Amino acid sequence: MKDEPIPRDIDGNPVRVGLPMAMLAELTHRCPLACPYCSNPVELTRVQSELTAAEWADVFRQAADLGVLQVHLSGGEPASRRDLAEIARSARDAGLYVNLITSGIGLTESRLRELDGVVDHMQLSLQGIDAEMADWISGYGGSFARKMQVAEWIGAIGFPLTLNAVVHRQNLDRLPEMIDLAERLGCRRIEVATVQFHGWADLNRRPLMPTMAQAARAREVVNAARQRLRGRMVIDYVPADHHAIYPKSCMGGWGSTGLNIAPDGTVLPCHAAQTITGLRFQTVREAPLAAIWRDGAAFNAFRGTAWLPEPCQSCDRREVDFGGCRCQAMAMAGDARATDPVCSRSGLNAQLRAEAEADATSDDTALVYRRMAKERRI
Amino acid sequence: MTGHRISGGCVPYLPRGVRLHDDRVRGMRVLLAPERAMRLDPVGDAILSELDGKRSLAEVVLTLCQRYAAPAEQIEGDVQEFIRGLVDRRMVFLACAEGDAQQGCQDEG
Repeated sequence: MKDEPIPRDIDGNPVRVGLPMAMLAELTHRCPLACPYCSNPVELTRVQSELTAAEWADVFRQAADLGVLQVHLSGGEPASRRDLAEIARSARDAGLYVNLITSGIGLTESRLRELDGVVDHMQLSLQGIDAEMADWISGYGGSFARKMQVAEWIGAIGFPLTLNAVVHRQNLDRLPEMIDLAERLGCRRIEVATVQFHGWADLNRRPLMPTMAQAARAREVVNAARQRLRGRMVIDYVPADHHAIYPKSCMGGWGSTGLNIAPDGTVLPCHAAQTITGLRFQTVREAPLAAIWRDGAAFNAFRGTAWLPEPCQSCDRREVDFGGCRCQAMAMAGDARATDPVCSRSGLNAQLRAEAEADATSDDTALVYRRMAKERRI
Repeated sequence: MTGHRISGGCVPYLPRGVRLHDDRVRGMRVLLAPERAMRLDPVGDAILSELDGKRSLAEVVLTLCQRYAAPAEQIEGDVQEFIRGLVDRRMVFLACAEGDAQQGCQDEG
């Protein structure tokens, strides 16, 4: 057996490499919707460079061998790929639990039937509680009606369904109705996630940033609904970073349990990692997945806690949140190694809060929609 | 996770989208569910492996008592606590006859 290099973080400290549990597979960046908080990068991958179905099948087998248990098929809109059923089947054949994350647009009853027995679980995004709100936010007329039709088919076939409600200042006051809708649709779960202000969402901070009062009210609504719906529906709630005292442990720790594959096969520690300058990300076309996971410099860069700066290094939450989100540190502090500025112990936190509060009181409602560069208005 | 006791007449089952899985890489049994992967200890695995969607909770407890030659009260307590936790998280469903109706007890759909 030849000697393998010891994995080292950005400062050269040796790091321990665990096994990944979950993988986000972004099958395409194409999407009929244009949500102004899209989590895809601002520079979208073009269709020509997307992995083929055969390449995905190989990636899924490699992922299962590496320890991945669940794959989340996402995008863009995964249904924008004509070969979605073939891709999903190959994931299931690899032994993975298959979760489809979709807006519903592009799915027909017959396409859903092709996924019966292949996809374990469906996640349907929700932009608003009625056509007026949902079609405005998604930038796509008729999206809400179409989505409700898809939800009906999903229920008729019997897929377990989670509704993914993305909330922000324009729709957060209607959270109780979103929860009611999930209940009416027979969902086992609803995920209520406040917009993360990276990438596209950062371009829309003024129309989308929730107020402190809205966030406090949402917390009460969630708590009451959890009581009422116990044993019937699970509510997962992701509050706004800007209202937190401590940052989230992004991805459960960089390179610890999750990985993300971009449409062109680039392997990332999180979906936004490419915003971090100075890291080079490898693709499944140039190296085996296991080698990228174990030895890739980008994956090792922020593993563990040895590289953490102060005040994180001496913080008792060091092993809880690992200094927060690297992409947020990059975006707000201009340095991916910095303490996440949403942490109350960051020197930048007061300024961040003031800016968020100012954005939240804006009466700006003009949205910058997510589009491919050639379609975007300059 | 406290309170409501599941009636012995209810039939617990893994609903669609929740399944047992051999994790060959880590060498353990896991329960896979929407956005969740739960590591199972031998007790949890033994309980869930008995759920066939036909036998009632009382019958499952009886089978486990016989197999492990353990006192019924102890098995009953372990099974109640474990299943109740999973029912609350929507990872186990219960099919209950009318007389067994109670909180957390309902059919799918």
